[in-house]
Amino acid sequence: MKTPILKQGPYLIASLQDELTDTDLLQLQDTLVEQVGRFRSRGVILDVTMLDVMDSFATRTLRNMVQAVSLRGAEAVIVGIRPEVAFAMVQLGLDLRLSGVQTTLDLEEALVMLDHQGQGWGRHG
Amino acid sequence: MAEVVRVAIRSDADIVMVRQQARVLAKELGFSASDLTLIATALSELARNIVDYAGQGEIILSLINQGGHRGLVIIARDNGPGITDIERAMQDGYSTGKGLGMGLPGTRRLMDEFEISSGMGQGTTVKVTKWAR
Ligand SMILES: Nc1ncnc2c1ncn2[C@@H]1O[C@H](COP(=O)(O)OP(=O)(O)O)[C@@H](O)[C@H]1O
Ligand SMILES: [Mg+2]
Repeated sequence: MKTPILKQGPYLIASLQDELTDTDLLQLQDTLVEQVGRFRSRGVILDVTMLDVMDSFATRTLRNMVQAVSLRGAEAVIVGIRPEVAFAMVQLGLDLRLSGVQTTLDLEEALVMLDHQGQGWGRHG
Repeated sequence: MAEVVRVAIRSDADIVMVRQQARVLAKELGFSASDLTLIATALSELARNIVDYAGQGEIILSLINQGGHRGLVIIARDNGPGITDIERAMQDGYSTGKGLGMGLPGTRRLMDEFEISSGMGQGTTVKVTKWAR
């Protein structure tokens, strides 16, 4: 299953689908890294609102994705972790924030955060 | 309603599939959305261990009723290489692969009951239970 990626101005928004396999996730990572380079994107939003499970593999892959994207010069934000998914992650012993990953509750907040960071670097527009 | 479901686990697509099957089954017991997610997460970890370390195996999902106390039992088993040092494998962060090493210890926290039997060359069986509240 392919993950839809929307290009919105300087940002890429990937909407992770329910029932994503490990292979799909790894594919998304490659695609995002490639597109960040091609479109010179400044930010990547990983929207996980649809995901009903985030196990240790998904967590590790998302963390790698965020790091790969930032090595390409873009900021990445994970958006919309569901409350019950967040609870399960804590029980499992995983915390994305510990590894420096930025998370927000919704898309709007993520856009504000990225805009703000872009200004901080003074390279917007 | 189907009381026992067996799912062969061979690939990452099977991991997604077994999660869906468990959701359907667990819903019948009236688990909360939060419990369904805990169960699906544990299942995901166990199924992935089968794919990663044994190549293939199976997962058996069953509904149990012990004196009016209802629950979901998950048995994950394979005939893979087995685990030499179970105590270490149960520690947070211990992985012989590239994993985060949270699968087995995390699964124990996610579920109400946890049993593992494994040994070098003997395959691995993990049995976990979640009780409906
Ligand atoms: N079904 C299995 N067969 C053989 N070894 C296993 C199995 N499940 C787990 N293990 C071993 O136990 C270790 C810990 O497993 P786990 O907690 O899931 O962490 P991870 O999978 O991230 O390494 C694994 O690295 C592996 O060595
Ligand atoms: Mg594992």
